Amino acid sequence: MAISFELNGKEVSADVEPDTPLLWVLRDHFKLTGTKFGCGIAQCGACTVHLNGLTRRSCITPISQVDGGTVTTIEGVSGEEARAIQDAWVALDVPQCGFCQSGQVMSATALLREIPKPTDENIDQAMAGNICRCATYVRIRKAIHRASDSMEG
Amino acid sequence: MKRIVIAIGCAALVSLGLCLKIGTAIAADSEAAKAQTLQSPEDFANIRDESKRSVAMFNEMGKVLTHPRCVSCHPRGDSPLQGMDLHKHEPPIVRGAGGMGAPGMRCSTCHGDDNVAFSTEEGSIPGHPGWRLAPKSMAWEGKSLGEICRQLKDQDRSHMTLEELQKHNATDGLVGWGWHPGEGRIPVPGTQKIFGELTQAWIDTGAVCPEG
Amino acid sequence: MTRQPETTATGGLTRRGFLKGAAASAASLVIGVHLPNRAWAEDGVEPAAGAFAPNAFVRIDPDSTVTVIVKHIEFGQGPVTGLSTLVAEELDADWLQMRAELAPADTAKYTNKLFGLQGTGGSTAMASSFEPMRKAGAAARAVLVQAAANRWGVDPGEITIERGTLSDGSGSHKASFGDLVADAAKLEVPGDPKLKSPDQFRLIGTQVGKLDTPEKSNGKQIFTLDLYPDDLITATILHPPQFGAKVASVDDSAARAVKGVIDVKTVPAGVAVYAENTHAALKGRKALKVQWDSSGAETRSTLQMEREYSQAAKKPGLDARSDGDVEKALGSADTVIEAEYFFPFLAHAPMETLDAVIQFKEGQVTAWMGTQIQTLDRGGLARVFGVDKEKVLLYTQYAGGSFGRRAQPGADFAVEAAQVTKALDTDRPVKLMWTRENDIQGGRYRPLAIHRLRGGLDKDGNVVAWDQQIAVQSFMKGTPFEDFMIKDGIDASAVEGSKELPYAIPNLRVGQHLMDNGVPTLWWRSVEHTHNAYANETFLDELFERAGTDPVEGRLALLGDKHPRHSGVLKKVAEMVKKAGDVPEGRQRGVAVHKSFGSYVAQIAEVSKNAAGEPRVHRMWCAVDCGVPVNPDVIRAQMEGGMGYGIGAVLYDAISLSDGGYVEQSNFDRYRSIRINEMPDIEVEVIRSTEPPTGVGEPGTPPSGPAIANAWRRLTGQSVHRLPLVPITA
Repeated sequence: MAISFELNGKEVSADVEPDTPLLWVLRDHFKLTGTKFGCGIAQCGACTVHLNGLTRRSCITPISQVDGGTVTTIEGVSGEEARAIQDAWVALDVPQCGFCQSGQVMSATALLREIPKPTDENIDQAMAGNICRCATYVRIRKAIHRASDSMEG
Repeated sequence: MKRIVIAIGCAALVSLGLCLKIGTAIAADSEAAKAQTLQSPEDFANIRDESKRSVAMFNEMGKVLTHPRCVSCHPRGDSPLQGMDLHKHEPPIVRGAGGMGAPGMRCSTCHGDDNVAFSTEEGSIPGHPGWRLAPKSMAWEGKSLGEICRQLKDQDRSHMTLEELQKHNATDGLVGWGWHPGEGRIPVPGTQKIFGELTQAWIDTGAVCPEG
Repeated sequence: MTRQPETTATGGLTRRGFLKGAAASAASLVIGVHLPNRAWAEDGVEPAAGAFAPNAFVRIDPDSTVTVIVKHIEFGQGPVTGLSTLVAEELDADWLQMRAELAPADTAKYTNKLFGLQGTGGSTAMASSFEPMRKAGAAARAVLVQAAANRWGVDPGEITIERGTLSDGSGSHKASFGDLVADAAKLEVPGDPKLKSPDQFRLIGTQVGKLDTPEKSNGKQIFTLDLYPDDLITATILHPPQFGAKVASVDDSAARAVKGVIDVKTVPAGVAVYAENTHAALKGRKALKVQWDSSGAETRSTLQMEREYSQAAKKPGLDARSDGDVEKALGSADTVIEAEYFFPFLAHAPMETLDAVIQFKEGQVTAWMGTQIQTLDRGGLARVFGVDKEKVLLYTQYAGGSFGRRAQPGADFAVEAAQVTKALDTDRPVKLMWTRENDIQGGRYRPLAIHRLRGGLDKDGNVVAWDQQIAVQSFMKGTPFEDFMIKDGIDASAVEGSKELPYAIPNLRVGQHLMDNGVPTLWWRSVEHTHNAYANETFLDELFERAGTDPVEGRLALLGDKHPRHSGVLKKVAEMVKKAGDVPEGRQRGVAVHKSFGSYVAQIAEVSKNAAGEPRVHRMWCAVDCGVPVNPDVIRAQMEGGMGYGIGAVLYDAISLSDGGYVEQSNFDRYRSIRINEMPDIEVEVIRSTEPPTGVGEPGTPPSGPAIANAWRRLTGQSVHRLPLVPITA
């Protein structure tokens, strides 16, 4: 069954089983490997993408639910917030193993788009679904504040 | 010489809840829950006293109202609950505006339009287009059936007339999810149709609340 | 019809090109994107055309790019940056011209001299590389200088290098590294080049940006999971539900009916499902119906194990250490305190589950995986396929975490992946991907342990007796490390950190009971220091509290003048906390200090009780002495991460087995990882030491648990002798 949707700004279609999770369509089919598999049950957030502008765990999103939608992955995320977040990630050397960081960046970017000046509590609420086993959380928090500050003015 | 033993073995600590619990207790709950049924209004016809009949039917509705499938999203706090034991939702998520979660992590970050079976293990992630928490004024967690009943009848808190409540119970899709909760989850007893009929019959008999 | 998004630098085509190239020819590999192992074709470590490679660790390309060949796997602990810093330092390179690649399996070239094989563990990467990598850089420098001297007709002594640019004394000649590589390649490389003295360091000890950060922030970093060679088959595996159980019979009809499933095979580790895509491989696995033979399985629950271990620990075990006469001293002590500690099995749960891509074609094995002990994994692959090691090309991949899980003395996972590949009898590459359930229920846990401690105080409150009985299983037995680690019946790992207790206690005994257990175990971040440090530092703290002794002063007094580096970090962390001010209302602080893997770490935790009655760790302070701090920011990051890892485990984590031996957790819903809302603020100070550098990947973990437990006890009056601190819900 062919499913059509917008992927990182381009119209695409994929002829895959309709119950295939978006995660595996992105990875196996489109070879967009920045979006990771971590748990398969929406516990860890490594597979986070933006679906129609909001964060979405791609591991539990059947491709049939994406038909006609707009998907943005780490490879395609852009705009002021995404840039500020990624710059801050680099400036503070946030990543360690790096495996979860695509998901972290996608969640953090979504947060800043809605709340340009987040409090620690906003950060906890937005980011608690993204597990980092290296526990880079101290730097994730600092980097989000730094990104927010860098967007001022 | 003072001899102070400040720790003892697990066997003695089990009663204090300090040892790892073993899954059998929950499994037993689940078997009991599976065995539950929901009686129809006709099953209460033998209760002559209308207000007693009304109370009895509300108590029957209580099997649905206090079922973990329903209470999970009617919590008294700001986070949903999970499982037959109503433990804290994992991952942590907060109520947020409209009961739909926080910016960056909404209910819809994980819950889609339908239940989705996991491909890596047994179980599923529940879903419905309207997935969200009930308002705090409609919290049922920890409340007696009488309290829940009075709360439902109080329009300031329920924001519904009894007629609207009946329609909600009988036809609302998110309510109906309780009977189709997806792989690995025990549904609420009966059917939404019976639940709707019970609600109507309870209203028709004066919508009397249980004591307590 | 499908369309490829065109904007992706990491898209399938480039990666496919890489893999094709890696199997075919080196020439196609010179491409502008950073790709793993791009230089390693059949010719191993030979440099690309025109490059200068003075040794197995450094390559300089005509464009002046300096590539450091890192013999240690990178999973966030920082060797790519750390080892590159050492080379850049001696080479006087500009940091911006530095690149890194992970070395393939090649024991002769890339052995870890501390183990005698190629591998990473015990936080040894920096310790074992500090001199060799500097020498590699210095040798390259010497040759470049000689090449310039020859070209300009000047004495080599007149030539200086400033941030990657060579110039002569007069300043009339200048050259980049790239200008000189052709000449340099013709010269002899000195065997014992002169190294800088520490006061000449310009990069070591400063903060340089990590080389792998940018690609780990934009999704471009390639891990094993991200390899998609042409004709890839994806495999999943269903393991037995009990450790040691075997497949009795398989009904695979439903699995084979799943669209995309290629085949189903029974392999020694379980049942493998092969498919054209990952979803089909997972769906097929879920559709399997397998009968298991549990006759040889471990069927005890963890509760039963605990009772047996507890019985053992009540009697003196084999002495790992015995000073004075502990029984006599306990008999005459004024106060005796006793405690039994329970430590659960713990899973490592790295973010990237175990995975590998293996191809067996025309007698040649090519494997890509996050291999941590390359020598042993390569051996395992050769054994399974029945080929010589020389016929196994094993490419080390960046790995999504390890915490010990990928360092396997028995090469279990490499062997399992090889068996899965071999069973299909195909020359297509096969990717085996474990699910999180495979990982959480897959064993190789931190061992379950019981400690029984008895401590004696005299009437003045001095600690006069300490008896520690440790019941734990050995994961060294039956491995290549057994001879090295087990001497006279004592497993050095099982008692590490307790046997070496630094405190001056006149009567001190540490006994060891090695328990049999069918649950496979392994080193877990900081190995057995996790439970040993916890028992040491919480029990001592209780003795101090009983005696009315200040926890910092009491420790300093018992450390005396024989352990200045322990005392140094303890004093430093106490200073940090003093600056932070008084304890806020409703909170308490706890301290712990511990040495592991040559590094000394002291921590203080500030804890309150949250609305649910559970501990909330607000802040932690950490002082670390790991010798010369090569990259202070990497050290700080490793402390933060090591502490977070320890905090999460101590607060929330346990693997438990029910009656029959079934693991009760399967994923992050019940094997909880620490999350950002549970992470404290952390401040780290790095001691400016001139001692040789030691590890940082693990030593941050051991003190975090006892510091929190000590704070909790001081806050609530409740000792924490059972972990996790927050009881897990069923």
